[in-house]
Amino acid sequence: MALDKIGIAKRIAQELQDGWYVNLGIGIPTLVANYVPEGMTVEFQSENGVLGMGPFPFEGEEDADLINAGKQTITVNPGASFFDSATSFAMIRGQHVQLTVLGAMEVSEHGDIANWKIPGKMVKGMGGAMDLVASAENIIVAMMHSNKAGESKILPACTLPLTGVGCVKKVVTELAVLEIKNGAFHLIERAPGVTVEEIIAKTAGKLVVPAFVPEMVL
Amino acid sequence: MNKVVDHISDALKGIEDGMTIMLGGFGLCGIPENSIKELVKMGTKNLTCISNNAGVDDYGLGLLLQRKQIKKMISSYVGENEEFERQMLSGELEVDLIPQGSLAERCRAGGAGIPAFFTPAGYGTEVAEGKEVRVFNGKPHILESALTADFAIVKAWKGDTEGNLVFKATAMNFNPMMAMAGKITVAEVEELVPAGSLDPNFIHTPGIFVQRIFKGAVFEKRIEQRTVRKRA
Repeated sequence: MALDKIGIAKRIAQELQDGWYVNLGIGIPTLVANYVPEGMTVEFQSENGVLGMGPFPFEGEEDADLINAGKQTITVNPGASFFDSATSFAMIRGQHVQLTVLGAMEVSEHGDIANWKIPGKMVKGMGGAMDLVASAENIIVAMMHSNKAGESKILPACTLPLTGVGCVKKVVTELAVLEIKNGAFHLIERAPGVTVEEIIAKTAGKLVVPAFVPEMVL
Repeated sequence: MNKVVDHISDALKGIEDGMTIMLGGFGLCGIPENSIKELVKMGTKNLTCISNNAGVDDYGLGLLLQRKQIKKMISSYVGENEEFERQMLSGELEVDLIPQGSLAERCRAGGAGIPAFFTPAGYGTEVAEGKEVRVFNGKPHILESALTADFAIVKAWKGDTEGNLVFKATAMNFNPMMAMAGKITVAEVEELVPAGSLDPNFIHTPGIFVQRIFKGAVFEKRIEQRTVRKRA
């Protein structure tokens, strides 16, 4: 069965490593914070100027001055810090943040990503996404394999305006974990009960399928 | 040097039609809300506003958009504002979208006397069009120029009569860089205290960057996405 959003977040959480600083984008990526493996210490950075993000506040304890990049009210953990936007992106560009997880509208077999604009229809802006993808050593994209019309979002080349080129290393969808290298998607794992055939059918970009594709263990 | 102005109209005196204004804030967090309302009252037109976001339809910079006081917005993300999207798609409003880190650094550079810098952000995208590309350590970068403004309007938690500022939590965001990049920087603060009351070890923005400071009358501090968890 295909994963739901929580399943995708749980699978991405398995990529975390002890001692990492991690930036989570809006949407599914935000959920990753809920599934940090037991005994592991990971600090979450939000590009609007906080390191050491904690859970959402209890009702009545919201602070308008304390939000994440999705403009949601948050709390901070002991040892947190606040800083200005230039310092925040120094952390990101300077590769002090080890992992970036973000959503996408399209990803290409060369690791290009598009997630900020649909010409003539939707222009929200790139926010911090271009800075994040241009610099992070590890970029994992959390997305659905196909759009609402059923068309693959895992493509030979992006059709929408790009956010970054050759930067995405790994994609986790409701169907599969894909690694991007040498100009192709490599099928690493499939969601429990999902067949390799379904993944092949829903992947428009070049897909390398090994003889054995293990199921994800969530 | 005493930077205090008693009335908000004195704080914003000199802002004229067609000027470029920086406004601090991320979403509605840390925006100079009193000054924005005053700009509505002043009716100043054809403004170029440099601000990470454009407010929401009925608050923040959305108030200036509603009244068509803004000619051009320079921002990184404008997704929370329908009127903005309408004006942009119809061509009434000029919009320059900039990666958030580049926007922050361009303001910092403007205030720090650095005319331009190279960044990897935006290489290979629309943002790089017409910009010089240079390879450093095997990686392509694009040349981004500094930003300055006729006025920078920032919001701080505490400020003293010398213009020294302390920000609270994530309400800091773009405010410190913009404070540096304004020819005239106006700070509206929640608490205005006498010089000597703030610990010099914990000043975020030194008073040299601030020309005028005043205590804001009302801080509504609207929350865009109120997210909470239930008590166990």
